[in-house]
Amino acid sequence: MDWSYIQGILMLAGINLIAVLGLSLLTGFTGLFSFGHAGFMAIGAYIGALMTASPNSTPAGLGLPFFVGIIAGGAAAGIVGYLIGRITLNLKGDYFCIATLGFGEAIRLILNNVQTFGGSRGWPGIPYKSTLPTIIIVDVLAVIFLANIVHSRHGRNMVAVREEELAAQVTGINVFKSKMTALVISAVYAGIAGVFFAHYMTFIQPKMFSMNKSTELTIIVIFGGLGSISGSVLGALVLTALPELLRTFDIWRLVFYGAAVILIMISRPRGLMGGMELTPAGIRKVKAERKARQAAKASLMALNEPEEGAGLGEGKGA
Amino acid sequence: MIQFLQQLINGLSIGSIYALMAVGYSLVYSIMNFSNFAHGSVIMLGAYFGFFALTGLNLPFFAAFMVACIGTTILAIVIERVAYKPLRERQAPFLYFIISAMGASILLENLVIATIGPTFRTYPPIFERTPLYIGSLAIGRLDLMMFIISAICLAGLLLFINKTKMGKAIQAASYNIKACALMGINTDRIILIVFGLGGFLAGVAGVFFGMKYTVYPQIGNITTKSFIAAVFGGLGSLPGAVIGSIILGVLETLVAGYISSQYRDLIAFVILIGVLIFRPTGIMGKSTVDKA
Repeated sequence: MDWSYIQGILMLAGINLIAVLGLSLLTGFTGLFSFGHAGFMAIGAYIGALMTASPNSTPAGLGLPFFVGIIAGGAAAGIVGYLIGRITLNLKGDYFCIATLGFGEAIRLILNNVQTFGGSRGWPGIPYKSTLPTIIIVDVLAVIFLANIVHSRHGRNMVAVREEELAAQVTGINVFKSKMTALVISAVYAGIAGVFFAHYMTFIQPKMFSMNKSTELTIIVIFGGLGSISGSVLGALVLTALPELLRTFDIWRLVFYGAAVILIMISRPRGLMGGMELTPAGIRKVKAERKARQAAKASLMALNEPEEGAGLGEGKGA
Repeated sequence: MIQFLQQLINGLSIGSIYALMAVGYSLVYSIMNFSNFAHGSVIMLGAYFGFFALTGLNLPFFAAFMVACIGTTILAIVIERVAYKPLRERQAPFLYFIISAMGASILLENLVIATIGPTFRTYPPIFERTPLYIGSLAIGRLDLMMFIISAICLAGLLLFINKTKMGKAIQAASYNIKACALMGINTDRIILIVFGLGGFLAGVAGVFFGMKYTVYPQIGNITTKSFIAAVFGGLGSLPGAVIGSIILGVLETLVAGYISSQYRDLIAFVILIGVLIFRPTGIMGKSTVDKA
């Protein structure tokens, strides 16, 4: 394995990570599942490509610098996220899921028919701008920003909404606003991931942003563990690299992948790091919890022992 | 006018197949309150079972048909036992069911690609290609057969649900499965029967779908549209699923006929979003009240 191959995997994992972090805020911390995040990635990718592609190529772009593309792609996805949220966030449970699924597929089908963006043939000749250092920098910024949100008042509101929507509402949290904040931020993340994806592949096609891509992102979030940022980071790294490591199994690798998803769901639904963080504070918290549990167990045993002993004694006597 | 009627007939025959698939989604939703995304893969395997029973085993058509239906019934039950039962026992939130279903669908689709191969296969001709004529309206023999058998299956299903003791138990479970268990109904068996019924109809739909179009591992993606039809009619309602499917089938063929076939798929998703915005419970769905 040469360096450029490993670098490619790392870059893809980094790009996935941006989208996964956004989805983690929506799914892991706010408790809303989306099967349409590939749609936001598509918006980011196409708007980003529109900004940076050279005006002489077909389809023509505006030839602006890369960072304009990142900002425009993220903003466009955020705006669309806001509009979608306004009409769908009042839906309950399953129905929100289905609405996002419909939205994601609709975006793909619309792009298939928009000839200015190349239609279903795709958009070739996007400049190669995504480099490993820039992706890592954006990943780090994304993690820091997300950690700050999660620990802010807004983040705590989101967790409250996830745990018990009605109770959150009763305590005076604006549930709709919390959900909206989470959705818009996650859409912006997905949009930015889309921009990097487009400028890494240098060719985009509506087919790339199908429901399978959305499912892949959701699976990464769940695999990493709901409500854990470090889980999302680990999940993105492992699950992007895993299909590559399984290359030797060729067509069987997706069979294993599907089996693994079911296995995780039925055996370890909390994912790798559900609710835990790989930070000094997070590790201390887990250790403290474990200690407390052991202490509780010990005290329970102490309480039970005499009774059990008495019971046995009686048995012997009889 | 003739053209319109012709489109209507085509739409009805597609709609009846959607209906067979959609009731599978709706049946499971009515009892377990989650969207069983593995259903599409069961339909896909139904098409394959029928295909191999016909070409590999050289069975007559109706025997092959039964092989496919029994195969999918067993498959649907196995999926329930392996992928959903452990979650059910733990009372996991519905999202875990959906993810597990997606895992099952990835597994089955790729298992078919790995073992049988990704190539498109066509069913040998069963019915004569020459259509029947009523005046100047042409009705394909396959389309007619599809419509009749779907209608029989759906009528049978509705009779079963409404008239038999087991059907009554299913209805009761769809109102409140916990209360049902307290009343001494074996809910585990109810769930098994519901998956079996859905699987059987998936087999019927799969065989006809394969005969009408082609058989390939990604058929499951197309069945998403029948899921939309189920949402359109109201998830959890069987008559709703049938009505939603017929409307979707007719609308699709009309759009393809009069506007552009490229927008055919788009219309399905536009309907989906429209329904969710204006009437989230669909045409006849049970209203979902989130109980805190």
